[in-house]
Amino acid sequence: MPYVITAPCINQKDASCVEVCPVDCIHPTPDEPGYDEADQLFINPGECIDCDACVEACPHDAVFPEDQVPAEWTDFIDRNAAFEAVS
Amino acid sequence: VTAGADAQRVAVVGAGPAGFYATDRLLKSVDHRFEVDLFDRLPTPWGLVRAGVAPDHPNIKVVSRVFEKTAALPGFRYRGNVEVGRDIQHAELAAHYHAVTYTTGASVDRRLGIPGEDLPGSEAATDFVAWYNGHPDAAAAQFDLRTRRAVVIGNGNVALDVARMLVLTRDELAGTDVADHALDALTGHDIEEVVVLGRRGPAQAAYTTPELRELGVLTDADVVVDPAEAELDPASLSWLESDAADGTARRNVEVVQDYAGRSPKGLRRRVVLRYLASPLEIVGGERVQGLRVGRNRLVAGPDGGLRAEPTGEEELIEAGLVLRSVGYLGRPLPGLPFDERAGTLCNTDGRVTDEDGAVLPGVYTAGWVKRGPSGVIGTNKKCANATVTAVLDDAEAGALPTPAGSRAAFDELLAGRCPDAIDYAGWELIDRWELAAGEDQGRPRVKIVERAELLQRATMG
Repeated sequence: MPYVITAPCINQKDASCVEVCPVDCIHPTPDEPGYDEADQLFINPGECIDCDACVEACPHDAVFPEDQVPAEWTDFIDRNAAFEAVS
Repeated sequence: VTAGADAQRVAVVGAGPAGFYATDRLLKSVDHRFEVDLFDRLPTPWGLVRAGVAPDHPNIKVVSRVFEKTAALPGFRYRGNVEVGRDIQHAELAAHYHAVTYTTGASVDRRLGIPGEDLPGSEAATDFVAWYNGHPDAAAAQFDLRTRRAVVIGNGNVALDVARMLVLTRDELAGTDVADHALDALTGHDIEEVVVLGRRGPAQAAYTTPELRELGVLTDADVVVDPAEAELDPASLSWLESDAADGTARRNVEVVQDYAGRSPKGLRRRVVLRYLASPLEIVGGERVQGLRVGRNRLVAGPDGGLRAEPTGEEELIEAGLVLRSVGYLGRPLPGLPFDERAGTLCNTDGRVTDEDGAVLPGVYTAGWVKRGPSGVIGTNKKCANATVTAVLDDAEAGALPTPAGSRAAFDELLAGRCPDAIDYAGWELIDRWELAAGEDQGRPRVKIVERAELLQRATMG
């Protein structure tokens, strides 16, 4: 069950999560093309290993395990998956 | 340094996550070219990903795919079954490498320092973890699980792992890479109740929320919390509502309070989370019969943090097994300055120093032996990257010492000293054998636990 980055990341893109993600599954990183244009960061659900490192690192409490995503943000589950599909 | 210049050689000691992340960053450096020899005292790499992560957490172990990519980078060599400090000394590494980075982890358990700690049945959780995970050093270990109750002292993820491993069903465990010798013992024992004991309250627990949530969905074990212990004291409550509190603490408290409101389903086993209790004495004659604990209350310390203070109330918890998981320390390395209290190499941001803080040129550290046993696997990526930034800065400044000895000279030294050293191809033979054996049994992997057999597989396939 992958983790999902939700609304509090929008226009924050703190990227603390990128530094601690053990499998580099959070994109775009500040070094990658598209970082400036992206509203928020996304987790590739196919690569996430559910380790919780990003949750601990996020200063905006934007990351949740998929089954814990607050009801108003469940559309972010698809948005994370969709971002990976096009990138 | 321009392209085409000779690579600088780095020895990384300890092939766990911190070692692999440091190696990866070094080998991917654009401005400086490095060659990395990654050492481990075991034949097998991956450190606690192999020997620490619980068998029922296969997703986490997928992180090893990242390490496999690192191992495929040009300039990488693996040197398994070589113990630095025993087979090879630090001075010998320093004489042959431009930089030496220690990523040896924190393998020594912190003791409780209470009477009875050495009674049979009082064990370090680390030894228990090493045993069920098939660490070669624990291949001959035995744990007597003929008791109705076990107590796990500590409130970190290791404490919860150990508690969970004692209450999984055979079906849950049989499909994992648990060591064969532990499977029968872990599922055929008499333990009905595992008490997890925290010195402070749920708001101060160190475990991560997903680990805590797992206790609530066990197949054949209830999770039990006394509602009185789940209720927060005023000081914890106001801290939790302040900006100082982190999300994990808030979520942990929510989960614990949810558990406190549950009625047990009468399942075969129970995990009982207890708080505000310190171990005072392990009691027993021939072996452990119980644990005397003192009740605590939380008071604000001088630094504003909440610390446990005894109330004077005491109680005896009858138990035949006590597993301590109250912290971990690095192992001192011969010839290197060590901070005994912290259990870490003396260092400033990853540069190893002497006791007075003067930097030892060309010596670095990352991971738990640098900062202590905190965080999750990914925390070591950030930590290792910070250390490699120091290596790169020093390389840029020309501050890496030029070693007297060549690569060929070191290889000759190592071949003479460690004829059984294992290279990456040797590990891949072990890996392939274990994966194939696992496939036959419908398990992710069957671990070889005897060192001699590991060495044999590394040459035979």
